[in-house]
Amino acid sequence: MSMLTTMSTGNMQRIGWAVLIGALLAAPFAIHSGRWMEFIELTLFAALLGQGWNILGGYGGQYSFGHALFFGTAAYLQALLQYKLGWSPWLTLWIAIGGSVAVAAFVGFLSFRYGLRGSYFALVTLAFAEAFHVLSRSLVSVTEGGRGVQLPLNQDPEQALATFQFTFAGPFLSEAGYYYTILIFLLIGFAVTGWLNHSRFGAQLQAVREDEDAASALGIDPFRVKMSAICLSAGVTSLAGIYYVQKFLFVDPGIAYGPGKSVEALFAAIIGGVGTVLGPLLGSAFIHIVGEFAKETIGAMLGDRPGVDLILFGIILVLMLAYMPRGLVGLVELLWRKLITKRGGGNA
Amino acid sequence: MLDVSSLTKRFGGLVAVNGASLTVNEGEIVSLIGPNGAGKTTLFATIAGFLKPNEGSVVLDGQDITGHKPHEICRRGMVRTFQVVKPFAGLSVRENIAVGAHTRIAGREEALEFAGKIAAHVGLTPLLDQSAGDLTVAGRKRIELARALATQPKLLLLDEVMAGLNATEILEIVEIIQQIRDSGVTILLIEHVMQAVMKLSDRAYVLNYGEIIAEGSPVEIAHDPKVVEAYLGHGASERMKSAGGADA
Repeated sequence: MSMLTTMSTGNMQRIGWAVLIGALLAAPFAIHSGRWMEFIELTLFAALLGQGWNILGGYGGQYSFGHALFFGTAAYLQALLQYKLGWSPWLTLWIAIGGSVAVAAFVGFLSFRYGLRGSYFALVTLAFAEAFHVLSRSLVSVTEGGRGVQLPLNQDPEQALATFQFTFAGPFLSEAGYYYTILIFLLIGFAVTGWLNHSRFGAQLQAVREDEDAASALGIDPFRVKMSAICLSAGVTSLAGIYYVQKFLFVDPGIAYGPGKSVEALFAAIIGGVGTVLGPLLGSAFIHIVGEFAKETIGAMLGDRPGVDLILFGIILVLMLAYMPRGLVGLVELLWRKLITKRGGGNA
Repeated sequence: MLDVSSLTKRFGGLVAVNGASLTVNEGEIVSLIGPNGAGKTTLFATIAGFLKPNEGSVVLDGQDITGHKPHEICRRGMVRTFQVVKPFAGLSVRENIAVGAHTRIAGREEALEFAGKIAAHVGLTPLLDQSAGDLTVAGRKRIELARALATQPKLLLLDEVMAGLNATEILEIVEIIQQIRDSGVTILLIEHVMQAVMKLSDRAYVLNYGEIIAEGSPVEIAHDPKVVEAYLGHGASERMKSAGGADA
């Protein structure tokens, strides 16, 4: 008998997680290339967006096409309250999360109260994200309009923690401060989805995804469950908005509410595997690696053509939905099972 | 335990259920039969809160639950299954049953363990770790039953749990239903398999064109001329009698 077959799947998973989290925590010590660290950081950022989407879309089956709504609301609150009122970023982040959740509760109430499902729900979220996009451009006195909000750069190392800015934070934090910020946020996202896998609420949410009528016959209130899910989903997504503002010290209507973030979120989750804890991270890594690769190769052939990688993503997404609806996680599980049966059979 | 009085459900001009009244006493197995399209499933859906009645009332254990939501009714101890089975296809059999168990059990581990116990009652133990979407019709019917049981109901509404099963499977389900009743759960069931209705029921109601046309023991019902006519057409009862007379 090989090690692989004697160990339980649960233990294998636990070890896998420990290795993964350990590797992510150690990455800044092992990788000294700034470009690579930046690459990993952006991958984690997209994974966080995907994880936020995954809570509602993957576990709850409510496909949102407007998750930028929750990202953007948090980003704007985080930026504006610092910029206009001079509040501490450590205070504004709570308001950013709260504001994002409040918007989610509003959109969720309107959609779920009136029983909108499937593409209708997707359209409503898309429409709300667009509405906020337009509003953030037109309410110039509040949002600074299309110019966007530029936060002042703190250059005092003493104030680095107080301002939640790591650019001038001393030797280690200036390199890895933002990396650990996004990593901690992503681990929160992992914790939430992990909890969904092992809790009553998670079971009820998945039941609602599979069949609302059957779920309500079994004592589940689909409205309450979906409301909780959209709020939780927005809460996790809002962390990405907070990170973005602290990292780039800038937000404008296109970044906040444009379709880019919505698409990035659902791409990562769908390609990685909806309704799984690891899916969004796998999906995000895949997208970024393929994206880089596409830019290098296609760029070398055709010259710099922005958007070529997007066409490639479109093709991949269609193939994925047609042939691998369970995403990369589904593929890994399939290969894993084959490996185990092969080894088990070979040794028997 | 359950008192349904003068329940009426209309869809536009169509009266699907027309002033139907029925009573289920504690510990009974009561059947609701009737030709296809008689309104049985609509009556069920209205009792269980999936449809709002236009008139009439539903009283469970002395409390008026007319127009309450299905999940509230389930928590009060009345649960239904679906004629067209609705397994949570993406979940395992054990997880499916645990969803029902969570109605009364908060802890995940406890609910999964309880699901295992319920599965043993309905003969699903060997399939516990399979995906519910991979099961046969017989398996899916059992999931419906197991999930409902896992909510620990006082009153169980079964909508054609035997449809599509073969003779052996029907015998097994009949036995399971008897065991469920013996464990203290009252049962109201819609059924087309007359052999099972005769064997199981203490009493039966016959629904035709949305109205209750007969009530009584299974034997009384089977000999009621109105019931014979509902199934075989107007005048059938007379013809049968005269045919019987000619034979004698």
